[in-house]
Order: sequence, then structure tokens, then C-alpha cells
Amino acid sequence: MQDVKGTVRQYILQNFLMGDMGVQLQDDQSFLDHHIIDSTGFIELVTFLEATWNIQVQDEDMIPENLDSLDNIERFVRSKT
Amino acid sequence: MLLHDWLEAHASEQPDRVALVCDSRRYSYRDIDTSAHRLAATLQAHGVRRGDRVALYLENCVEAVVSIFAVLKAGAVFMPVNPQVKADKLRYLLIDSGARALISHGALGDIVSTALGDAASVALVILTDCGESALAGREVVPYDRAVSEPAHSLQPPPAIDQDLASIIYTSGSTGEPKGVMLSHLNMTSAATSISTYLGLRGEDIIFNVLPLAFDYGLYQVLMASRVGASVVLHRSLAFPIRILEAMARERITVLPFVPTAFSMVLNVSSLKSFDLSCLRLVTNTAAALSEAHIRAIRAAFPQAELFSMYGLTECKRVTYLPPDQLDVRPLSVGRGMPNEEVWLVDENGKRLPNGSVGELVVRGSNVMRGYWNKPQQTAQRLKPGDIPGEMYLYTGDIFRTDAQGYLYFVARKDDIIKSRGEKVSPREVENVLYRLDGILEVAVIGVPDPVLGQAVKAFVVLKPGCELTAREIIRFCLGHLESFMAPKHVEFVPQLPRTDTGKISKRGLG
Repeated sequence: MQDVKGTVRQYILQNFLMGDMGVQLQDDQSFLDHHIIDSTGFIELVTFLEATWNIQVQDEDMIPENLDSLDNIERFVRSKT
Repeated sequence: MLLHDWLEAHASEQPDRVALVCDSRRYSYRDIDTSAHRLAATLQAHGVRRGDRVALYLENCVEAVVSIFAVLKAGAVFMPVNPQVKADKLRYLLIDSGARALISHGALGDIVSTALGDAASVALVILTDCGESALAGREVVPYDRAVSEPAHSLQPPPAIDQDLASIIYTSGSTGEPKGVMLSHLNMTSAATSISTYLGLRGEDIIFNVLPLAFDYGLYQVLMASRVGASVVLHRSLAFPIRILEAMARERITVLPFVPTAFSMVLNVSSLKSFDLSCLRLVTNTAAALSEAHIRAIRAAFPQAELFSMYGLTECKRVTYLPPDQLDVRPLSVGRGMPNEEVWLVDENGKRLPNGSVGELVVRGSNVMRGYWNKPQQTAQRLKPGDIPGEMYLYTGDIFRTDAQGYLYFVARKDDIIKSRGEKVSPREVENVLYRLDGILEVAVIGVPDPVLGQAVKAFVVLKPGCELTAREIIRFCLGHLESFMAPKHVEFVPQLPRTDTGKISKRGLG
């Protein structure tokens, strides 16, 4: 399986973050706390995860423990694939 | 009557009553009042005086609630700032208001530091989750220390209800945000009228996910303090399941929402598995509900009464539709609230009879004192009334009335977009886009969107030889604007339509 964190980091840098803000994106950093992604941004992020790893994200999966940091996303995507 | 008197009365009469639930922690009226008193003493000890502005750049959290009341107790003016605001705009708000102090989170320290650069008036910074430090040359007081037993006791300032309680910034068609000045009288009047027609009571448990920087969210806390109710404060709409869990767990009775929030929560497939049987009041404002939305809300919460309402920051609330009228006139936003008079005028300012179309005018103690340092814009909105010294608010919103005087929104006189229930100034978005290298011309409009109400759309003409993708443009906006202001759609066009005088014309774009 390809590098989940690297792929998502790249996606976030290209779609949400400006310039050197990306340098500060830590693996365990909450996207919400640091205003990297907001409520509609999470919907876009989920669409990206579904398309990239061919997974289905259910309403019940939409929780911060699965989506609100690079660490959490990696754990979640690996559990789904 | 001052805006914080209610909190103090409940803290004295029923100190153990839960005032706030936040991140599963409970805070009594005594807890909030004691912390606010201490923070007020700290503000005062650091030179914050009656009438000074204090910016609250905070998430929905206990610190935000404590800070609102602390600023009031110090006789100062609280200025809520949406934590989505980026450094450029925060700097503008601090400079425009001449803020004396700023309260924020350690996690937002980088943005705060950038914004403070040339905001010379800010002498004091208080940060949560932060140790002793300095930012941009200012001493930073950790929030925890600011609410611990102070060395100085609070000297109650001689405030009266004509003093300003708050300045709330709102988008203006010029692109420059305007600070709406609200006195204690303005805010206690609005909170009293609204909580009266809603029938709020001390047993109520109000769920609030709306930002406290948005007057609809802020007033949930103020109204709860009036009746002695509890507020369950939530930070974000990002995880709808978490919202439903909190609503069920806390047995909430009142749900203030906007159409976008209804869409996100009602779409959860397991909605029916959450016990929301305690919910008795559901309110909507900021954008109109469609009939389909109304049906879906009633099906989801059949036992709850639904209030459709309309307002603007300049007077907080204007109208509400009594729930028993919802089947009779589902698309009406109702009539004026208690202790307020509203009517329509034609272009010459002449009062119109029922059954007309015209600009809505508001008269009442809830009408703002004007825009901070913006006399010209104030004069466009506030005009002398019949009684010497009284000012009426000309809303800039066009309504029609039916034969019984119920109001129906028609259009705005300016081109402000309403996205996710928040006002977006096309000029503010265009001003940011013109800073992006490669953009020759741009026109921003609102287009219909099933979830957002209106989505922001940018028509872009690139400079010859320049290449930009839509996503690069959106990302640039996300870096400089609140996320609800960033375009959802970008369309590249070879040129923009022009009027006869050569100005960009937005007619026909869409």
C-alpha cells in the first residue's frame, strides 16, 4: 500500500495550505484545532480518501478519531483496506 | 440593566445550576461568574479601562464565554472575532477597532503574532494553553493565570446601559468589514424580546454549534444567562455524528441552527437512532428554509416547534414566524418581535401599506448605535426618526408583505452573498484575488447551492501567458479569507461583460 500519510499530506498542501504553513503540518496535529480544514473541507477530504483507496466512508466513520490528523487517517485507511 | 447583570444574578441565586457544558465538562453559574470576575480584575490590572475594546479570537469554548462576561465586568467592549479569520483580516480588525487587548488560543499563536505586527494599540495578549512568553513584543499572560486569584481586586467601573457592550464586525459591500456598535441596552433589549417570544425557560438546555463570533451563536449564551438555562457548546459541524451524540446525551431542548447545519445533520443515515425526544424548540435564521427543508425538519423532530426568523447584526433580530403560522405561510419570516416596530418604505422613504414591496425599516431599542469609525456608512443605515434623537435602521433588504402584514424576503439592495448563513462581500473576495499574481480581472457572485444556500463563484480573466488552476485560486483564498468566503467554483473566461461606462457588469454571469 502506498504511503498514506505522504499522499494525504500532499493533498492537503495542494488543496488547503498556503506556502510554508505546510512545513508545520505535524503527523499528530488536529486539522480542526489548527484551522487547516473546516467542516466542508472534511467532506472534500473524505471524497479524496474514497477515490484514492477505493473505500467507502460511512456516516459513522466521520469522527475525529478517524479523520482529524495524518496519524488518524493512516490508521483509518489501513483498517478499511 | 447591564448585559452581565443576569449572569451575576443567577450566580448568586442558583450558583450550582449548570450554565455551560463544553467538551463534556460542566460549569456552574458560579464557576463562570467567578472566572469572569477574576479575568476582569486581570484585564483591569493590565490597563484595560471602561470603553476599551478587547478582541476575543476564540473557538466555541468555556474561555470564550468567560471572556465575554469578563470584558463586560471590566466595563470594556468585547469584540468577537471568528477564529477562521486569517492574519491579514485580524490585523485589520485590531487596527480598525483600536483594540487594547486580545484573548486567543496558544494554537493560533502564529496568526496572532503576524497580526499584532503593526496593531500598536494592543498592549495585552492572553492565550490559552500557553506558558509565560512574549509575542510580537507584548507580554503574554497565560489564560490559566489570568483566571486564578488575582493580586488586585476588581474595581467595578461606573458603567451604564448606554455604554457599548460589544462591537461585532460584519461584511460590507465596500469590502471593508464594519464594526456594529451595540450598547448594553441594545443587547439586553434584543435578548429579552427573543427569549420572550421563544418562551425560553430556566430548565432549557440549548445546543450551540454556531460560532460565538456570529450574533446568532452569541445570543444563545446571552439568552441562557437571562433565563438561567444551560448551554451545550460545540465547536464544529465537521463531525455530525458527534453533534447528534452530544444532543442526545445532554437531552437538549432547544436547537438553534442554520440551513447548512440542518442539511449536514439531517443527512446522517442513523439519525433516527438518536433519542432527541426532549427537543421542544428548533429555530432557523441567517438564510431562509425551503419548504423541503421545513418538511424534513418536522419529520426528524416531530414534537418540536419550528421558528423561522430573520435578522441582521445591526439590530440582532427583526422578525419571527409563530410556529402555528408555518403551515399557513411557510415561506414567510413572520412579523416584528416584541418591543419593536417594523415597516416597509418606498424609494422616497414613504411608509407602504400591507401587500407592498419595499425596504424594511426597523425601530426599537435593539437598533445599533452605528458602525465604529464609519460615519458615512452609518448615515446610510441609520436615519432620523419622528422623535428627535431617535434613529431608524434602514436594513437594505427588500421584502414584500401579505395582506396580514407578514413579511417575505425578496432581495438585498446590495450584492452581499449569503453562504452557509454568513455574509460574504464579493468585493472582499475580489480584493484578495487581485493580490494573486496572474489574475487580470475578477468578478465574484453568489450562485444557488443546495447545502450552502449560495456558493461563492469567481469569474477569472488571467493575464496573458499566465497559468493558474481553479484549485490554486481556491487555496490562495483559503489562506487569506475565512473558509466560507473562499470560492467553491472558479470559471476562467476570456473577458468580463462591461457596462456602457466600462465598469465590470455582473449581470448575466452565473
